Amino acid sequence: MNGDLLHIQDLSVRFFTYQGVVRALEGVHLAVRRGEILGLVGETGCGKSVLARSILRLIADPPGRIMGGRILFKGRDMLTLPMKEMRRIRGNDISMIFQEPMTSLNPVFTVGNQMEEVVRLHQKVSRKAARRICVEMLEQVRMPDPESVLRKYPHELSGGMRQRVMIAMELSCRPDLLIADEPTTALDVTVQAQVLHILNELTRARGTSVLFITHDLGVVAHLCDRVAVMYAGKIVETAPVDALFRSPGHPYTRGLLAAVPSVDEDREVLASIPGVVPGLIDPPAGCRFHPRCPAARKECEHLEPAGVEVGKDHWVFCHAGRGKVKGER
Amino acid sequence: MRLLRYIGKRLLHLVPVLLGVTVLVFFISHAIPGDPARMMAGQKASREAVENLRRSMGLDRPLHEQYLRYMKGLLHGDLGRSVRSQRPVVEDLKDFFPATLELTLASMTLCLVVGLPLGILSAVRRNRPLDHASRVFSVCGVSMPVFWLGLMLLLLFYRNLQWLPGSGRLDVGLDPPASVTGLYLVDALLEGNRPVFLNALSHIILPAFCLSYVYLAVITRIVRSSMIAVMEQDYVTTARANGISEPVVILKHCLKNSLIPTVTIAGLSVGELLGGAILTETIFGWPGMGKYVVDSVNFLDFPAIMGFTLVVSLSYVLINLAVDVIYAFLNPQIRY
Amino acid sequence: MPSSTPRSGTDPTGGWRRFREEHAWQIREFFFTLHLLRRNPSAVAGFVIICSMVFLALAAPWVAPYDPIRISLSERLSPPSWHHLFGTDELGRDLFSRVLYGARISLRIGLLVVGIAGGLGTILGAVAGYVGGKTDDVIMRCLDIVLSFPSLVLAMALAAALGPSLRNAILAVAFVMIPKFARLVRGEALAVRERPFIAAAKVSGASHTWIVFHHVIPNCLSSVIVLGTLVVGETILIASSLSFIGLGAQPPTPEWGAMISVGRKFLMDQWWYATFPGLFILVTVIGFNIFGDALRDVLDPRIRR
Repeated sequence: MNGDLLHIQDLSVRFFTYQGVVRALEGVHLAVRRGEILGLVGETGCGKSVLARSILRLIADPPGRIMGGRILFKGRDMLTLPMKEMRRIRGNDISMIFQEPMTSLNPVFTVGNQMEEVVRLHQKVSRKAARRICVEMLEQVRMPDPESVLRKYPHELSGGMRQRVMIAMELSCRPDLLIADEPTTALDVTVQAQVLHILNELTRARGTSVLFITHDLGVVAHLCDRVAVMYAGKIVETAPVDALFRSPGHPYTRGLLAAVPSVDEDREVLASIPGVVPGLIDPPAGCRFHPRCPAARKECEHLEPAGVEVGKDHWVFCHAGRGKVKGER
Repeated sequence: MRLLRYIGKRLLHLVPVLLGVTVLVFFISHAIPGDPARMMAGQKASREAVENLRRSMGLDRPLHEQYLRYMKGLLHGDLGRSVRSQRPVVEDLKDFFPATLELTLASMTLCLVVGLPLGILSAVRRNRPLDHASRVFSVCGVSMPVFWLGLMLLLLFYRNLQWLPGSGRLDVGLDPPASVTGLYLVDALLEGNRPVFLNALSHIILPAFCLSYVYLAVITRIVRSSMIAVMEQDYVTTARANGISEPVVILKHCLKNSLIPTVTIAGLSVGELLGGAILTETIFGWPGMGKYVVDSVNFLDFPAIMGFTLVVSLSYVLINLAVDVIYAFLNPQIRY
Repeated sequence: MPSSTPRSGTDPTGGWRRFREEHAWQIREFFFTLHLLRRNPSAVAGFVIICSMVFLALAAPWVAPYDPIRISLSERLSPPSWHHLFGTDELGRDLFSRVLYGARISLRIGLLVVGIAGGLGTILGAVAGYVGGKTDDVIMRCLDIVLSFPSLVLAMALAAALGPSLRNAILAVAFVMIPKFARLVRGEALAVRERPFIAAAKVSGASHTWIVFHHVIPNCLSSVIVLGTLVVGETILIASSLSFIGLGAQPPTPEWGAMISVGRKFLMDQWWYATFPGLFILVTVIGFNIFGDALRDVLDPRIRR
C-alpha cells in the first residue's frame, strides 16, 4: 500500500538454543503507515521485542536468526541491505527506545557525549551545531536546564529524565519511524503519563510514525491510532483502536480486554484466560491459541487460520472470525 | 580539584596499611624464633660481635621500644646495613632499582600491547578458534613456573637459535648511556645512541616476555570476561540501534566499561609481576633488586632481604593507590 | 531394656537411612554437580591430570625404575634414553625416578598448605563474618596487611627468617594463603548469618561456637573447596619458586624447584636436567587450575545449567 512506511511480510525469526529451536516469530505480517501510532500488544514473551529488534536487524546471531520474510521500509527490503546501508538507517530513519531507562544509556559517558555522537554520525554538522541540536531536543522534551544535563552522567538523572533523554536522542535525527519498546513500563505512574504525553506531542508534531510496544491496553487506548495484537509469535488481530475496544474479533483479544480493569501485570491477564502461554520451542499446531480458546473447533487444531476482514481495516486471524472470509494472504 | 581531594583521602586510608606493613616486616625480622642479632650479623660473625650488635641494636629492650626505634630509622631512610656489601641497604637498593623498574615497565607495556587486543578479540570472536587458542595461552600462563619459562626461553632463543643475548642489560664492552632516568632504553634514546638502544632492547626482550607472561594471561582473561559481560548490556544495543559502527561500539562503548573491573584486577596482579621479577632477574642475570635479594638469600643477608621486602611491598601498595585513582577516573559513578 | 528402636543409631542401616532422608536435598545436589562435572570437558581433563599425578606420587616406589638418591657416577649427565627416560643428573641419579618422587613432595606441600591455610582461614573468616563488629574489623585489617605484600615476596621473607628448610617453606606459604580463604568465607558468612536457620538455631539455644561449626562453615564449604583446588596449584608454584632460590627443599631432596635450581647450572649442555621437572610443575598446576575453574563454573548458581 502507498500509505505504508514499513511493511513486514511473512517474517520468521528463530533462536537456536541448547533447549531447542525457539520459534519466536512465525509468518508475521504488519504494516506501519505514515504518521500513525501503531500499538503492538501482547503478553511478555510473545515476541513483541523480537519483532522490534528484527526490524533494525539487532537480533544477535548466534543464537537468533531471521529465517525468512521481508521488511520493506519505503519500498526497500531491509533484510537484504548491506550492513553499511543498514547503519545509515539505524538511528537516522528508524530509531528505537528501550524499556529500561536505567541501563539503556552508557554509564561512563556524559549525556552530551552520547547525544552528540548520534547527531554527528548522521548529520554533517560541526560540534557546536550538534550541541545546539541536542539542547533544542532536550528543550522539546521539557528538560529543565538542558546545557547542564548534557554535562551530566546517566546515573545523575532520574529514570523519567533518562527516558526523556532517550526520546530526545532518538528523535534528534528526525526519523520517519520510532520504535518504542515498552518505554514507560519501568517508570512510576505519574512519570509514565508525563513521558507518554511528550512522546505523543513530539511525534504528532513531526509526523513521525511510531510502533509502540506495550502490554498495557490502557496506554494503547489513550495513545494509538491502530492496534496489532500478538500471541505466541503471531499477529492475531489488527484493528483501529475504537473498533478493537468496541468489537474485538479474536477470542484472545476478548480475553485480554476482559482483564482490562486492573491490567498492570501480565499475571492478571493470564488469570482471566484459562491455561498458560505456550512455549515457543514446541508451539501448538494449527491456531496457536486453540488449547486455551473457548470457541475452538476441530479445524483449529491443525489448520492455521487465514485473515478475515471483519470491519473496515479490521483483520482477525481466526476460524471463528465473523464476516466474510477473504482469500489466502 | 575534587580528584586531588580524593587522592588525599585515599592517602589517609593508606596510613594504617603502611603502618601494618612495617609492623609485619618488623616482626618477621625481630620476633621470629631464632636470634635476630645473629641473623643481622650474619652466620659467620663471632659471638662477641653478635653480643655487641645485640646491645647496639637495642635488642635487650622491650619489643615496642624496639619497634619505635626501627620506625625512627625507617623515617630517616635507614634500612640497616647489608652484611654482604657492608653498605647501607638503601644505597644498594637505589643502585638496583632502575633496572627493576625498566624491566617491570617493559613487561607492563607488553601486557597492554598484547593482552588488551587479545582479550578484546577473544570476546568479540567468542568460542571461535582464536578464543580457544587464547584460553589455552592463558591457562598455561597462570600455571607457568616463571623460573622454568625463563630457562626454556634461554635454551631456545639464546642457546639453540642464538637470536638474543642471554644475560645482563648490555653486551660486555658497551658503555651504558649517561644516566638520566637509569632506564637504559630511555637514556639511550635521549642520548640518540642507536647501537646502545638496540643492544639494550635485544637484552630486555627475553626477560620482559618471561616476566610478563603470567600477568599477560591474567589481563587477557579479565579483559575477555568483562568485555563479554559489557557486550550484553542494553546500552550496547542502544549504540547499535543508533547506527554506530561495530568498531566504535566495541572500542568506545564497550571498552571503557570493561576497563573498570580490569584495572582493579590489573593492580592486584602487579604482585605477580613484582614476585616474578625476583625469579626472572635471577635467570637472566638482570642486575635489579630481585637478583640482589636472591643473592642476599644465598648469603643469608637479612637486612638486605627485609629491606627489599619492605620497599617492594610499599611499591605494591602505592601502585594500587594509583590504580584506585585510575578507577575513579574511569568510573563516573565513584563520588569523590 | 526393650530392644533398640531403628532410630537409635545403633542400627547402621537405620542411621544411614535417616542421614539420607535428612540430607536428601544435599545428596541430590551432589549427584547433580557430579553430572555437570562429567559433561564439562575441562573438568574431566583437570581431573584426569590430578588423578594421574596422585597415582604417580603414590605409586612412585613401584613405578620408578631407580632409587631417586642412588648415585652412579659412571652414568652422570647422560641424555634421555630407554635406560633413563629423562636422563641423569650430575651424580648419575635417574631423573625420571626423581621427578616421580618429586610429585609426592609437591602434592604433599599443596595438601598441607591448603589444609593449614584453609582450616585457619575458614575459621577466621567464619568468626569475622558471623560475629561482625570490632572482631570483624580487627581480623580483616590484619589480613589486609598480609594481602598488601606480593605473595612470593612475603613467603620469601618469612622462609628466610625461619631458616631454609622444606617445613619452614610450607609454613611460610600457608601463612600467605590464609587471607584468601578468610576473605572468601567472611563474605559468605555475612550472607549465611541472615538466613532463617541461624535464627532458629539461636532460639533453640545453640552456642555461637556450635553455630559457626555446624551452620556457617558447612554452608561455605563448596566455595572453600573451589578456592582450595586453585590454591593447591598456586602453592606448588610458590613453593617450587622458594626451593629454586634456595629457601625450600634442600638437596638432595628430589623437589622439582630444587632440581631445576641445580639443573640450571647445566642448562647449556644438558637441556633435559631442568626441562622435565619444570614440565611436571606446569602440567600439575594446569590440572589444578582448570579443574578448579570448572568446579567454580559448575557450583556457581548463576551460571549453573
